[in-house]
Amino acid sequence: MTDLSDNRLVKVFSELRAAGKKALVPFLTAGHPDLQTTEAILIDLERRGVRVAELGIPFSDPIADGPTIQASYTEALAAGVTSQAVLEMVRRWRAGGAGLALVAMVSYSIVFRCRPEVYLRSAADAGFDGLIIPDLPLEEAGNLEPLAAADGLANVMLIAPTTPPRRRVEIARHSRGFIYFISVAGITGERERLPEDTIRAVGELRRHTDTPVCVGFGISNPQMVAAVCEVADGAIVGSAIVRRISQHKDLPTDQLVAKVGEFVGGLLEPIA
Amino acid sequence: MPEEKASQARGGYFGPYGGRFVPETLMSALAQLEREYRAAMADEGFRAEFERCLREIAGRPSELYFARRLTEHVGGARIYLKREDMNHTGAHKINNTLGQALLALRMGKERVIAETGAGQHGVATAMAAAVFGLRCEVYMGTEDIRRQALNVFRMELMGARVVPVESGQRTLKDACNEALRDWMASVEHTHYIIGSVVGPAPYPEMVREFQSCIGREARRQMLEAEGRLPDLIVACVGGGSNAAGIFAPMIADEQVRMVGVEAGGRSMKLGDHAASLVAGEPGVLHGSLSYVLQDDEGQTAPVHSVSAGLDYPGVGPEHAYWKDIGRVTYTTCTDEQAIDALCLLARTEGIIPALESAHAVREAVRLAAEMEPDQIVLINLSGRGDKDCNEIAEILKRRETKES
Repeated sequence: MTDLSDNRLVKVFSELRAAGKKALVPFLTAGHPDLQTTEAILIDLERRGVRVAELGIPFSDPIADGPTIQASYTEALAAGVTSQAVLEMVRRWRAGGAGLALVAMVSYSIVFRCRPEVYLRSAADAGFDGLIIPDLPLEEAGNLEPLAAADGLANVMLIAPTTPPRRRVEIARHSRGFIYFISVAGITGERERLPEDTIRAVGELRRHTDTPVCVGFGISNPQMVAAVCEVADGAIVGSAIVRRISQHKDLPTDQLVAKVGEFVGGLLEPIA
Repeated sequence: MPEEKASQARGGYFGPYGGRFVPETLMSALAQLEREYRAAMADEGFRAEFERCLREIAGRPSELYFARRLTEHVGGARIYLKREDMNHTGAHKINNTLGQALLALRMGKERVIAETGAGQHGVATAMAAAVFGLRCEVYMGTEDIRRQALNVFRMELMGARVVPVESGQRTLKDACNEALRDWMASVEHTHYIIGSVVGPAPYPEMVREFQSCIGREARRQMLEAEGRLPDLIVACVGGGSNAAGIFAPMIADEQVRMVGVEAGGRSMKLGDHAASLVAGEPGVLHGSLSYVLQDDEGQTAPVHSVSAGLDYPGVGPEHAYWKDIGRVTYTTCTDEQAIDALCLLARTEGIIPALESAHAVREAVRLAAEMEPDQIVLINLSGRGDKDCNEIAEILKRRETKES
């Protein structure tokens, strides 16, 4: 197995852990409302202290996503955003000196169509540090793992509330960079509170793995970020951010960036 | 056993096609479904109960009908129809929904969900849910709700809730997405009755097995009627469940030629048809790897067919395998040709086929005309056309206006 010790994602989490800190992982839909804005938000978030971010690659049929993220994908595709254009944006952003660790959330439909070896190589070249392929479970990921490792990419795998205990440990063993722990059975979207089971389950998982664990799906406010970070290494916030971008997408870019920045700033407070 | 060749879905794969490309949240439900399905098929009691349901509820076996006047009209091979249109609820879909509803009961799930395009699978699911006392919700694109108002009404009469889907093209693919999303959140108490040989393993194999009663009966009936198997079997292919059901039990009978007919729509330009096998390329959609209509970056392409049941950008993975090994030939039939074939069958035999099945009729008639009178063509008449009458009336009216 190729050593990922040079991987930005791995480094960020080990630095955070050494400092006793937690990660807030904001999710953005690439190209929503346009790629320039996505790039500007990424730059602003890094300035505010975000160390890891997730970038959703728009897809026509995202079955794991709720209405908010799905609508943002549909709008981005309608505006002509292609996965090639997303890679170019990331390359440009990285060339500008960006240092945060960036993970692509991408459907296997896109990866397969492009051919996995080609997609992974271009993603690594552009400046992605990891991949989350939500529709590529353990059984189907066998061919992809060595490819990702060879390109220095962390293949982040997901654990669901419905995943049986032994399988959780097996997924944890394969996941690189961090483990994406899904807090609720269902699709992405904001929720009022976290199930108590989640907190217990993450604690249990931590006993079996040293790989960082981040919790996502349904996290929408600073209180939930704080609760998650009691046990996990990080909290992933998606729909709550994407919804704000949708609400303010008609504002001038700098104002939209500021609105998103303020919201994420609030989410960062409990873990500062 | 001639059926064995079709039964080998190794690890959920047919050659390179199939698999289980779904979010982790669904993996344990699919594992449970696979376990229960295998156990059920090995259980004499379950098989007997399924047979009883097919007999007493679906009204099986369906007739094998010699289409004498159609044969005379064509002047070629002898044409037989496997009358799935005479099943309860009007199509082959009931075979699968009865099997899966029994499985849902066996798994202790109290609610079933389904996607539907033409509404035939939705109706068959609503019926099964009513018979077995299960709660039922059916996802249906609003474009299809418009085209298939009668079937919406039938589902609701039988106590199902029809959930309108506004995303994407508002047709079958989008209904599948929404049903999968529902299932992600409800998987503990809900079974998803997928209506075709598509989706993640074990669905393609399981649905094919539940539909194989068509081909097993047809094989026996053909031998009784003619003392031999047909030279050619023709079936329409959307997701491919009626075709898989009639092909699979005779796939090992190498002398039987098989043709699957996809929706050629308005033209063969991407977006104008739904011919995934003829014009698509390998890709991943709705949980399995198969032929898909998509753009260069893997985004699912828009599709079109006059028939809501064929209006789907993917196809079952076993068909992809049969195509690649050359066992089955896949071809297309346009909207206009399907409507002509529907009218032809109505006039010559007094049978109004579903628009889906009319695609098979058209190709069978074309091929039969080139064959010898001592040869036999078998068409899987997968459903009846009552549901399409409004749509057909409008199309015929438009034609008349154009001609005058």
